[in-house]
Amino acid sequence: MNIWYTICDAIPLDMLQWDFMKNALLAILIMSPLFGLMSTMIVTGRMSFFSDALGHSAFTGIAIGCMCGIAAPTWVAVIFSVVFSLLFSFIRSRSNHAADTLIGVFSSTAVALGIFIATLGGDSFTKYNRYLIGDILSVTGSEIGMLALVLVGVFVFWILSSNRLTLTAIHPQLASSRGIPTGLTQTIFTVSIAVVVTLSISWVGLMILNSLLILPGASARNVAKNLRQYHVFSVLFALVAGITGLCLSYFLGASAGAAISLVLALVFAITFLFRKAGR
Amino acid sequence: MNFGNHGGSCGHSCCLRIQGMSVKIGNQQILKDINLHMHCGELIALIGPNGAGKSTLLKSILGQQEYEGSISFAVPGQRNRKLKIGYVPQSPAFDPGDPVTVADLFACCMSKRPAFMGLSNKMREQVLECLSRVHEEALIDKRVGVLSGGELQRVLLALALEPMPNILILDEPLSGVDVEGMESLMDMLDEIRRTYDLSILMTTHDFAMLPEYADNVVLINHEIVCEGKPLEVLSSPQFREVFHRKGGVR
Repeated sequence: MNIWYTICDAIPLDMLQWDFMKNALLAILIMSPLFGLMSTMIVTGRMSFFSDALGHSAFTGIAIGCMCGIAAPTWVAVIFSVVFSLLFSFIRSRSNHAADTLIGVFSSTAVALGIFIATLGGDSFTKYNRYLIGDILSVTGSEIGMLALVLVGVFVFWILSSNRLTLTAIHPQLASSRGIPTGLTQTIFTVSIAVVVTLSISWVGLMILNSLLILPGASARNVAKNLRQYHVFSVLFALVAGITGLCLSYFLGASAGAAISLVLALVFAITFLFRKAGR
Repeated sequence: MNFGNHGGSCGHSCCLRIQGMSVKIGNQQILKDINLHMHCGELIALIGPNGAGKSTLLKSILGQQEYEGSISFAVPGQRNRKLKIGYVPQSPAFDPGDPVTVADLFACCMSKRPAFMGLSNKMREQVLECLSRVHEEALIDKRVGVLSGGELQRVLLALALEPMPNILILDEPLSGVDVEGMESLMDMLDEIRRTYDLSILMTTHDFAMLPEYADNVVLINHEIVCEGKPLEVLSSPQFREVFHRKGGVR
């Protein structure tokens, strides 16, 4: 962290005189590529609604953790989200309901359970607001270290599995005929989304998290011509929006997560227009 | 119950032997007592009305569907070698918006290097060589979602030929392809099976091509109703029974 602080001190920007801004910027530089990378597969695999449901389950996990009096409820939330995603995959493989119907069932149940537990015994809901809106400025050095580890883990997973994930997402039948265990591949991916979503929820917030997981990939899809461009644009858009959003939130005094999402929405609009003009 | 029992042999350069095979999903009997022999270099067409169990039979051979009975393979001169099956799936609908090129698709199937990092020169040459088997090298940088029905079938055919299989299985390869494209695709299949000594098993609803290209036709409707030379099957009373009374002929 000291090296990072030294680098920040060398940059003549007012906002970087504060330690919490230095931390937030580093967290964004780590989280943005993470979201950008995962976004490509979430969009290609049509899992946007599912990642939203995972955010809700993470909130429920945190409420359970708080109820049990655990000091770090995030880890309870990670376990709950992983169980949630595995249970969803299991039920989906044995049900004839459409995926979005099942996601609706799981998502609404998770939210209801979360609110029920959070308000049990007349408790105030206010202490959970940070998980709804998120606060990137509260991120600490050790949390950034953990995020960096997650980024490395996801990147290694991507190197090893992205070909199988892509083929499974674009044509499961073809993937299966090439000997790819499509069910297992999808399950591992959903578990990895569950972990990333849950670990990020307190900094980004439930309301905004899903836009960060969808908009970079959706924007990149507007302009990319192949898989390489798709990934490069997605990570680039996430990074640009992350840094711009943080600056905007500093100067305008608004929520960083919301500012990042709005910049991403603007990027989507521009790429959409560019796409229409270019074809 | 079996789940892709590969092994066993039969004389007369037999590649695929299905004996007493049945498939039941829930309470529904999808296939019953299927017996089928396929020899090297043969092109067999599976025909039947919608829901007759054609795709289920192919899935059973591919090991993607549980079945009762036995399905065994043998590669002449290569005892105990695992039989390679090339598969071209039905209605391969790719989203036109997905930024996945033909080269990306091949790289995802053939390369250990992640396709999102781009193709190495060696892999690109390999993809071009695969596409040259179906005379479609020019499609390498096109997105799979924007290919025409015929182009997509040829690209998937090229993909199914890498690695070179012993049996090529095609599920409705002629659907969504115009008449000119059908002829060109069937010519290509004929050329491929002669060049590489492949056996081809395909399902189809387009019967006009069969007398010219198929060695044998098998009519199924949950069980084998009739099998033999194309003209024999197409003029049989069983064929008229299955199609003219129930409909389903294109």
